[in-house]
Amino acid sequence: MSEMKATRVAYGEALVELGAVNDKIVVLDADLSGSTNTAKFAKAYPDRFFNAGIAEANMMGMAAGLATMGYIPFTSTFAMFGTGRAYEQVRNGIGYPHLNVKLAMSHAGITLGEDGGSHQAIEDIGLMRLIPGMTIVVPCDANETKKAVKALVEMEGPAYLRLARLPSIVFEDEMPFTLGQANVLRDGTDAVIFCCGYMVAGCLEAAKRLAMENISVAVVNVHTIKPIDRETVLTYARKCGKVLTAEEHSTIGGLGDAVADVLIGQGSFSFRKIGIQDRFGQSGKPADLLREYGLTEEDICQAVKAL
Amino acid sequence: MNRLELEATCKQVRRDIINMTADACSGHPGGSLSATEILVALYCREMNISPEKMNDPDRDRFVLSKGHAAPALYGLLGELGYFDKSAFKTFRQLGSILQGHPCRDYCPGVEVSTGSLGQGISIAVGMALGARLAKSPARIFALCGDGELQEGQVWEASMAAAHYKLDNFTVIVDHNGLQIDGTNDEVMSLGDIQGKFRAFGYEVIQIDGHDFDQIFAAFDRKVTGKPKLILAETIKGKGVSYMENQVGWHGKGPNEEERQIALKELED
Ligand SMILES: Cc1ncc(C[n+]2csc(CCOP(=O)(O)OP(=O)(O)O)c2C)c(N)n1
Ligand SMILES: [Mg+2]
Repeated sequence: MSEMKATRVAYGEALVELGAVNDKIVVLDADLSGSTNTAKFAKAYPDRFFNAGIAEANMMGMAAGLATMGYIPFTSTFAMFGTGRAYEQVRNGIGYPHLNVKLAMSHAGITLGEDGGSHQAIEDIGLMRLIPGMTIVVPCDANETKKAVKALVEMEGPAYLRLARLPSIVFEDEMPFTLGQANVLRDGTDAVIFCCGYMVAGCLEAAKRLAMENISVAVVNVHTIKPIDRETVLTYARKCGKVLTAEEHSTIGGLGDAVADVLIGQGSFSFRKIGIQDRFGQSGKPADLLREYGLTEEDICQAVKAL
Repeated sequence: MNRLELEATCKQVRRDIINMTADACSGHPGGSLSATEILVALYCREMNISPEKMNDPDRDRFVLSKGHAAPALYGLLGELGYFDKSAFKTFRQLGSILQGHPCRDYCPGVEVSTGSLGQGISIAVGMALGARLAKSPARIFALCGDGELQEGQVWEASMAAAHYKLDNFTVIVDHNGLQIDGTNDEVMSLGDIQGKFRAFGYEVIQIDGHDFDQIFAAFDRKVTGKPKLILAETIKGKGVSYMENQVGWHGKGPNEEERQIALKELED
């Protein structure tokens, strides 16, 4: 049995590790530091932690100000409130002036579960993609999360890191991580699945199952959604001809659209998107919701066959 | 309802809160238990509302701005017959009418969908404006958390409520002193809450939020030309000894053993 760990937990650990060697890192939260795991940083470096209270808009403004003073602020809350509630503060206060603020938002997607549709951000990737110059990373596991946090500290400029509540598989294979460079996790020739985040594990399993039916499927982990790795996307789309995207996000505005944008005008492809089909989320156990919204291994297999 | 009936209803709603959050293994017992008397006072006596009047345009409206206290609202709506109580067991499950946070598309009796803090109070201001425009006698009540007061939108809404002289509008603040990361003061001090609301133009009344006499006296206070704010001093987790004043009981369900202890304490 592989180790299970939520990406938000790895994020909290990464902050503590990096905070030890980089005293420019500061962290802001909005009364959810236990859930987002920034509490670990707060405990280790209390001077560099600021709880904004339940005031996400103000938190973004404070982070922007700290960035102008040479600090590297990480702001955290639930993805719904960090990208949705405070959208215009992020857009105009952080994106427009290209400030070095890292938005690391947890509990994204429907795997948040029981809290329901009011809390499940299924549009956050889209919202952040719309902001010019915003880097977007959706890590697939705990290890990738740690590498991503480090990479975001090393880059200059605004970035969005999408984290999940639900523990997920920690892949055993050592995967390289370079911002903007997609990882080919499995090669194939009949179809390619571009995926990110929680969906990566399911896509790999689906590809294994399809291989037993002699369908050769490539799986590409597009951890950086913006700037997207155009070269790898184009290479694999051309090689396979059949393209599926899979994400725990609305099919509007997310990875699927980012891949489609790369492919427009580049030839003829069979193309499908797996994601949440223009509906709100709702309460339920994560596994029940994944079934209800068509995000299971079985759904992936069927979508590949339908290409 | 007389006093004894009100108190019995509180106990029943508290048992419902415990059972729902225990069955769901999640949800928010602490802030549901602190708001129980306020909700019971509103629905069982103060407000002109009942299952039969669910679509009456002149019904009084309640907005649970602190939407995470859904178990308290659901418990009460179920006890009053807005829906079948068998739904309690489905709280937070796929397909349930009882979503983790109240959603008007799912649950009869829920006026607006809440869960994102700070928004309900603005919606309630809009309702109060609408009632006045329609020359309706409907009164609007909104319940906010104290941590929720940290949202700037609460103050934008308050400015509007005073500006429009909304004397058909009452905000109740569930002042239990706790939020998620700690006490209000540890996280983000609220300072002089009464003074702040007074300065925004409210008539402010401070009460013990578990004392029916004080709750009804505050409702009965006649205020004209301005909105009313009731600062209800409460105990988070009220009624369950091991939950009282414990920040850790904000957002998790009791296990089986904890459920039994709580139900015993809440026996009639
Ligand atoms: C806009 C927004 N930010 C954050 C949250 C997450 N959250 C849910 S409850 C809560 C604490 C609320 O504290 P308080 O208002 O004091 O409620 P109570 O103590 O009455 O439960 C937080 C931060 C939310 N629901 N909405
Ligand atoms: Mg509180």
